Amino acid sequence: MTDALLAGELPLPPHPDYLRDGSTVWSWLATTDHKRIAILYAVTITVFFFLGGAAITAVRLELFEPNGWLLTSDTYNKLFSFHGIIMVWFFLVPSIPNTFGNFLLPLMIGAPDVAFPRLNLFSWYLTIAAGAFTVYALVAGGVDTGWTFYTPYSSMFSNTHVFAAAAGVFVVGFASIATGVNFIATTHMLRAPGMTWFRLPLFVWAVYATSLIMVLATPVLAISLLLVIAERVLGLPIFDPARGGDPILFQHLFWFYSHPAVYIMVLPAMGVVSEIIPCFARRRIFGYDFMVYAMLAIAGIGFFVWGHHMFVSGQSALASLVFSFLSFIIAVPSAIKVFNWTASLYRGQISFESPMLYALGFVGLFTTGGLSGLFLASIPVDIHVTDTYFVVAHFHYIMVGGSVSAFFAGLHFWWPKVTGKLYPESWAKFAAILMYAGFNMTFLPQFFAGYLGMPRRYHTYPAEFQIYNVMSSAGAAVLAVAYLLPLGYLGWSLFYGGKAAKNPWGATGLEWTATSPPPPKNFDRQPRVDRGPYDYHAQGMSAGTDPPEMQSARDTR
Amino acid sequence: MSDESALLREPWFDFGRQREAGKFGIWVFLASETLFFGALMLTYTVCRIEHPEAFAAAGRETNIWYGTINTAVLLTSSLTMAVAAQASEQSARLRRLVLSCLLLTAMLGLAFIAIKGFEYKEDIDKHLVPGAEFALPQRGAELFYGFYWLVTGVHAIHLSIGIALVSRLFWVLLRRELPAKDNPEIEVTALYWHLVDIVWIFLYPLIYLPGRAS
Repeated sequence: MTDALLAGELPLPPHPDYLRDGSTVWSWLATTDHKRIAILYAVTITVFFFLGGAAITAVRLELFEPNGWLLTSDTYNKLFSFHGIIMVWFFLVPSIPNTFGNFLLPLMIGAPDVAFPRLNLFSWYLTIAAGAFTVYALVAGGVDTGWTFYTPYSSMFSNTHVFAAAAGVFVVGFASIATGVNFIATTHMLRAPGMTWFRLPLFVWAVYATSLIMVLATPVLAISLLLVIAERVLGLPIFDPARGGDPILFQHLFWFYSHPAVYIMVLPAMGVVSEIIPCFARRRIFGYDFMVYAMLAIAGIGFFVWGHHMFVSGQSALASLVFSFLSFIIAVPSAIKVFNWTASLYRGQISFESPMLYALGFVGLFTTGGLSGLFLASIPVDIHVTDTYFVVAHFHYIMVGGSVSAFFAGLHFWWPKVTGKLYPESWAKFAAILMYAGFNMTFLPQFFAGYLGMPRRYHTYPAEFQIYNVMSSAGAAVLAVAYLLPLGYLGWSLFYGGKAAKNPWGATGLEWTATSPPPPKNFDRQPRVDRGPYDYHAQGMSAGTDPPEMQSARDTR
Repeated sequence: MSDESALLREPWFDFGRQREAGKFGIWVFLASETLFFGALMLTYTVCRIEHPEAFAAAGRETNIWYGTINTAVLLTSSLTMAVAAQASEQSARLRRLVLSCLLLTAMLGLAFIAIKGFEYKEDIDKHLVPGAEFALPQRGAELFYGFYWLVTGVHAIHLSIGIALVSRLFWVLLRRELPAKDNPEIEVTALYWHLVDIVWIFLYPLIYLPGRAS
């Protein structure tokens, strides 16, 4: 008997899932199905991920030797700039929201699609157009400003393709805003009956908080880049000190976006991890309400800490103090989340499947990254390590150790739902452990090198730092293998993987009640929700390893 | 309710809900737009605090007549747009009123841009474009005109998008492809149009009044 018959429902006529509902190229390029758009994004960001990765591979190879044996400093500058621009705006910002967010948000709230499906597709086309601009900048000869486009270098001195690169980022910002508007409206207007705000899965809250930041911060990035473009192309003097302009103003505008953008990149990762840890600990999430408040607090306070990027820019001591204080404050909600994930494990029935390995890796690496962020929030330490590898290590722990780990966690967790296929678990576990090891090998030495004074963005360095750089480059090779492995075995599973059931992990979210892969309109019947998101056991009971329905039978006895 | 079924879109089951979502979505987008223009105005404010005299001198060079007439034109267009939105909600018999008000709105928008064109011409003739030929000697006056060209340009682009949206709506309604009664696109377009107007109301004192008060 099928599940539907068990539940006393009449069987519905079978219809194709979203992957088989139309097989022409056009049926993909003109789709308004949020699940197909998610796949389009997934393919796009995978390409960008490996483009950005290729650029940094050359950089790490170069840093193997202190004397600049491989690249000229010009090429070096262009490679790390390309790496940063691509990874931030074309991988990290769209990574989890536009793939998993697109795929899962409607499923998790019991909706047939996002609020504005055509806008959703339009946003993907914008991303493609923007990517074309930025890749053109590389092909045409590169851009050497770093991902931050600092003036007056980017506006007056750089003779590289700043216009194309900045235009690409400008356009991808609109894609970001469109997606944000779409997700906010979807969360407000399309929740299934009974899906109250405090029954939303934390992933939905995370995507919602992220969308708020996208909508409110991205326009300021657009303006800061527009001003750079205007200065380069039209000769407007906004950032030119010789004509009365103020180059520091650019940094304020830029970081007003780019610090909140850090939370655009990490909040969705927190959402993914908050789904996975309860599932593999068979435990309700600890402190659901505070998890929600913490995310909203991060999204809110994130707008008021940008000055900590500018401690050495000559801003007033008072401003530095206030920004330093606020940067310490924002560590509080982040810490609440780390404690709550850990507490969710307590008295759980923990199993270490690959998604869980990635998720636990996230918690460790995010904590390391976050704590090193506190070093940088205190002004005296920051002045010492500004523009050193300490900073590089810090933000890679958050962005790569945190967000990319969580991306892979989510990829493995929802792969059976997205594709309807099972992947080889032992390979996945191996890749997860390899990624953790490779990551630490790459970035831990950079903390030391940076603390000892090795500056970032130079292609040569004193020989005393070579040991750290050799370790780092060797680690990067391991990391590269760990990133390529999933491409292999996940690709293999598409053709040869076993068929996935509706709910292979015994998870509780609404998305697991749809078939794997889901049908075009997600649910055959409008779902009704009568309980919270992490109903792995009755309130006040301890965790068990049974599937949820047997568990509730046991708990209610 | 055949009108409503013609206007119902995926993924909605309920027309009222769809309407509400459209309005909600555009408000969220307008919040984003506010930050967009807000960042520009912040830039202006920072520069003006650094160079108060230069901004006063530069402000006196603008042509307040063009600015004032354009403000009147744009405010009138908001009125016609609002009438169109209200009429579409009131009754299906007001279709002609909706159509004529939409047409009027688009024409007023075009009039604004035409007047702006004359103003730009005059500014170029007076060498008010930042660069080697710039006419004003005060340090920082170029910043004012940097802001002027950028913000009026961005505003004109927004207005042009608005004109395109309103014209398209007019055309679609004229050919009866969609009913005018309760069409959610009218209200959504109207909200966008009003934002473009409100931005101008903030720009008017920033551009035309420095150096003229007192």
